[in-house]
Amino acid sequence: MNWTGRRLPRTEDPALLRGEGAFTADLAAGARAVRFLRSPFAAGRILSIAAPDLPPGALLVTGADLEGVGAIRPELFRFNYRAIAQPVLPRERVHFVGQPIAAVVAATPEEAEDIAEAVLLDIEPEEAVVTIEDALRPGAPTLHAEAPGNVVVDGTIRHPDCEAAFARADRIVEFSLRSGRQNATPLEARAGLAAHDRATGRIRLTASCQMPHMLRTGIAALLGMAEADLQVVAPDVGGGFGQKMALFPEYPLLVWLARRHRGSFCWIEDRNENLIASAHSRDQIHHLRAAFAADGTLLGLEADILANTGAFSCYPTTCGVEPLMALAEYPGPYRLPTYSARARALATHTCPAAPYRGVSRPVVTFGLERLMDRAAAALGLDPVALRRRNLVTEFPHVTPTGLTLDQASYVEALDRAVEAADIPAFRARQEAARREGRYLGLGLAVFNERTGYGTPAFAARGMGIVPGYEVVDIAMTPAGEVEVRIGASPHGQGLRTALAQLAADRLGLDPSRIRVIHGDTDRTPYGWGSFASRGAVIAGGATQLAADKLAARLRRAAARLLQAEPDSVTLRDGAAWAGEASIPLTEIARRVHQRSEQLSDLGGFNLAETASYDPGGTFSNACHVAEVEVDAETGHVRILRFLVVEDAGRLLNPLIADGQVHGGVAQGIANALLEEVLYAPDGNPLTGSLADYLPPSAAEIPHIEIIHMETESPETLTGAKGLGEGGAIGAPAAIANAISDALSPFGVDIAELPATPARIRALIRNAR
Amino acid sequence: MKCPPFDYHAPRSQAEALALLARHGEEGKILAGGQSLVPTMAFRLARPARLIDINRIAGLDYCRAEGGRLRIGPLARHARFERPVAPGPTGRLLARAAEHIAHAPIRTRGTFCGSLAHADPASEWCCIALALGADLRVLREGGERLVPAAGWFQSVFTTALAPDELLAEASLPLLGPDWRCGFAEFNRRAGDFALAMAVTALRLDAAGHVAEARIALGGVAGTPILAEAAAASLLGASPTPDSLRAAAAIAAEGFEPTEDAQVPADYRRDLVRAMTRRALEGSLAA
Amino acid sequence: MSKMPIRLTVNGVPHEVAVEPRRSLADTLRDECGLTGTHLGCEHGVCGACTVLLEGEPVRACLLFGVQADGRAVRTVEGLAAADGTLDPLQRAFWENHGLQCGFCTPGFLMLATWMLEQPEPVDEARLRHVLSSNLCRCTGYQNILKSVRAAAQALGKWTEVAPVR
Repeated sequence: MNWTGRRLPRTEDPALLRGEGAFTADLAAGARAVRFLRSPFAAGRILSIAAPDLPPGALLVTGADLEGVGAIRPELFRFNYRAIAQPVLPRERVHFVGQPIAAVVAATPEEAEDIAEAVLLDIEPEEAVVTIEDALRPGAPTLHAEAPGNVVVDGTIRHPDCEAAFARADRIVEFSLRSGRQNATPLEARAGLAAHDRATGRIRLTASCQMPHMLRTGIAALLGMAEADLQVVAPDVGGGFGQKMALFPEYPLLVWLARRHRGSFCWIEDRNENLIASAHSRDQIHHLRAAFAADGTLLGLEADILANTGAFSCYPTTCGVEPLMALAEYPGPYRLPTYSARARALATHTCPAAPYRGVSRPVVTFGLERLMDRAAAALGLDPVALRRRNLVTEFPHVTPTGLTLDQASYVEALDRAVEAADIPAFRARQEAARREGRYLGLGLAVFNERTGYGTPAFAARGMGIVPGYEVVDIAMTPAGEVEVRIGASPHGQGLRTALAQLAADRLGLDPSRIRVIHGDTDRTPYGWGSFASRGAVIAGGATQLAADKLAARLRRAAARLLQAEPDSVTLRDGAAWAGEASIPLTEIARRVHQRSEQLSDLGGFNLAETASYDPGGTFSNACHVAEVEVDAETGHVRILRFLVVEDAGRLLNPLIADGQVHGGVAQGIANALLEEVLYAPDGNPLTGSLADYLPPSAAEIPHIEIIHMETESPETLTGAKGLGEGGAIGAPAAIANAISDALSPFGVDIAELPATPARIRALIRNAR
Repeated sequence: MKCPPFDYHAPRSQAEALALLARHGEEGKILAGGQSLVPTMAFRLARPARLIDINRIAGLDYCRAEGGRLRIGPLARHARFERPVAPGPTGRLLARAAEHIAHAPIRTRGTFCGSLAHADPASEWCCIALALGADLRVLREGGERLVPAAGWFQSVFTTALAPDELLAEASLPLLGPDWRCGFAEFNRRAGDFALAMAVTALRLDAAGHVAEARIALGGVAGTPILAEAAAASLLGASPTPDSLRAAAAIAAEGFEPTEDAQVPADYRRDLVRAMTRRALEGSLAA
Repeated sequence: MSKMPIRLTVNGVPHEVAVEPRRSLADTLRDECGLTGTHLGCEHGVCGACTVLLEGEPVRACLLFGVQADGRAVRTVEGLAAADGTLDPLQRAFWENHGLQCGFCTPGFLMLATWMLEQPEPVDEARLRHVLSSNLCRCTGYQNILKSVRAAAQALGKWTEVAPVR
């Protein structure tokens, strides 16, 4: 029986469906409530923070109370990174609206909010730097003395022959694009519960997070406590999408409270806090210049990448994550002979940036795929043919930034998509509609998605903390069930199911006999988490290796018990087989543990193994096609059709894989049309509610068609490539191209996302 | 986002509610559906010291045709209007608009009269009340007055309702079969407040000429507003695509739009032009 | 702030609790009744994660106060499965069709869809999308939520391909 590759319903689901999930807030009974007091000013000097009438039992904690607590200061040893420090609670200055500046503790959340409201804050406001343009303005205020000119990262790649490519180009295509700021908006906002255990003196931090081990290391270091005295648990986590990777100041403060006051303290972030003060992303401007030959061959590319990364640098990835991802991955799936680029991270008085599903690649793909359409128009070529001419077809292929593209299906995926989209039929519909004054458009986005990369990729960025590997501990109980303990920490991706499927095949067991344990630093080996489309590849690879080691142990024991050669033993249907003879795995497990005198000479008294996996990475690829209708009077965009041809290698569980694509595409559609964090010129956020920041509903998301291709990766153990982010990467570009196509009679060109109705109308109005 | 503290009253009769308003009017607030009030309190933008919950008063959820008007009690919920509450154009217009009011779980609680008392500029009910000429019956302890919709809306979230008064009934004319009503609104996400809406009502005489015309716009200024010049432009002739387009253009130019970061003034005018024309066309297509 | 005693019946079980008037129905269910299946995603009425049924009708439990439910019957996600944990047909459809990922929005969708499927009128695609547009999900892109509810409606004989004339 092959379990891997089956559409197996998830073992995670029944409890969640019964309302019996355990999210952080569900575990908070008995804890005192913490409310953070947040800066009302984008920039300013703290003169005083005081609570005149603190009710009995309530606490006010300010930066002055945190003597000896370190600042959050992630490192990057390349790209002119300027290490900037974020205090857990500031003593001198505030740097963005929403920055936590004090904590109030009370018996109930209602009371804590009442007290926080009554705290007297004396802050002298200062001039705020809000936008990329503000930050670059000569003479602009400097946020951090360590980063003159507000430049925190300044990375450059220069190919000497780039200028020559432009000199011999038949056509140079040049434009700027802008990506609005977004918030990942997990439906469960952040939450933390720190509890002191009097029996052991340890603290257990339950937090809605993606990287529990990293959180533990980071917090212990900040507080100067023994890491062994801190347990971090990620219980059920209501979505993350990157936002919950970071070590935020709120968590060390909770642990500090629990230690200092020997009690339980809970902070449940509200939606307004999440929207203004968790983490933002995608606030970027790119300037692109590309050289083409007359036949459409791409000769060279220059990119200037500016990322507004907010007031501080997120831990552990640093604020370099966005600009440097763009710097490294601009070549995408295209053959690019020469490339020069500069990428900067700019500090502003806004909420800090952190990774969000796709990290810069939605913006890069927007840039690259607009470039392909613009170049096709400029050269009078078919945009599909132009792409086909430039897509990488021979593998492995080394990009100008030194990345190795493994076997993929760039052209094949494009061809499948073009065929399924039936472009000639669409053009006929488009023509007919235009005669009625209706504007239909079709847009493509071809891209690759770097996934499943281990420490080499992170180390290449020069990160002070290098994530990447995963470790899996596997053990069979004396009763014959298997426990798989993973350092990764899923939050909706269904790894408990998918990894059990993988292990089941290696062990000849039913997946229902396999328990995947995650999200608890006391019960799992050190590891990184679920982010960067890596779960199936890295946690999957480590699980496979660990299961193989356990299988080898079982086979050796079975060989002894069946009096056969170990090589002749196979595991299937819950038993070990040598020819016609078999012994149930439960019996082997019992004997190994309880009749060890028979088997201990085979190595060890139990059935426990450990394996780790640290791959170099792979690239999945996809082609998205969007068909839209633009209402020229209102600027409204309706998506008529959305098609994804996705190649993520071998699919461990297609049910789950489809779900990842669906969710990514929906977030990409939101990126293209709806969601944008806005600030007033003084740095006050304007999108502090879900009535202003607009995640889409079922009415805005069309049916999403998926065609899978499965080009297995030679670079990964499982053959899987990651796909968690791809949906979000391709959709914005496909939609921007579709809108531009629809409005080509007006000469409208989408160069800013989200393409809101107001922006589209302005483009049409100005074109007329 | 927890609400600030308040004292809670749950009167069992309208008289008891009025007595509470008389005693606590300035610091009290009526709680009917609460679907706008409670979020405002959650953001602590409103902090009434007392809530007077009228949901336990029997008999206030009526909605009945009487004397040529539709009489709507203070506890008639939005969901009630999803299907026509009366035959004819008025009931159909209300049903057409109802599906745009937020979402099903909001419509089960929010009330027609509550919307009028709250006076959100983008409220569908407020726009319809102004377009059709609602009458609003207001009670206070020992007193009663009738306020026409034209005198009701004063500014954003501000009406003619005094702190000690209760909006006890809204009534709308039950338009005859010679009326054509239209409704169109634009929002970015289903159920959200509209960036612009138009409610239109045309009475056609036997010759098919427009004998009376009313056009109200919502979500575009501090209160719903009447586009009187646009309406007047349609009088006395048969509506044609060109005359409807011209009326919409007049409507788009005839007001001072509210602006914000997401909706500049000229875009608001674009939307008014489109919504007005679509409401008019839709009303005549049926 | 003084508390008020209230009685409410949740999933058929009577609860007598004391709450501050300002405590939302959602917080009342979670903190006073110990029923944490009802989740809070925004507390301002947009996301719908807290949707429960009050006297059979869907409501946002963050936009009602606990005191308003005094004497009333509430149904929450905990009341859907059988006492032994057996999933009801709607829950089963969500399971089989991967109608959830992180599961945080799921209770709200289940209660909203439960109500919709209990209405006498059949459900078609337009009504399905219209009703479900009430709630936000960040993981699934709605595809498999819609598919799950469609499947449940079909299993319950409530699905129609064509909209009934209303």
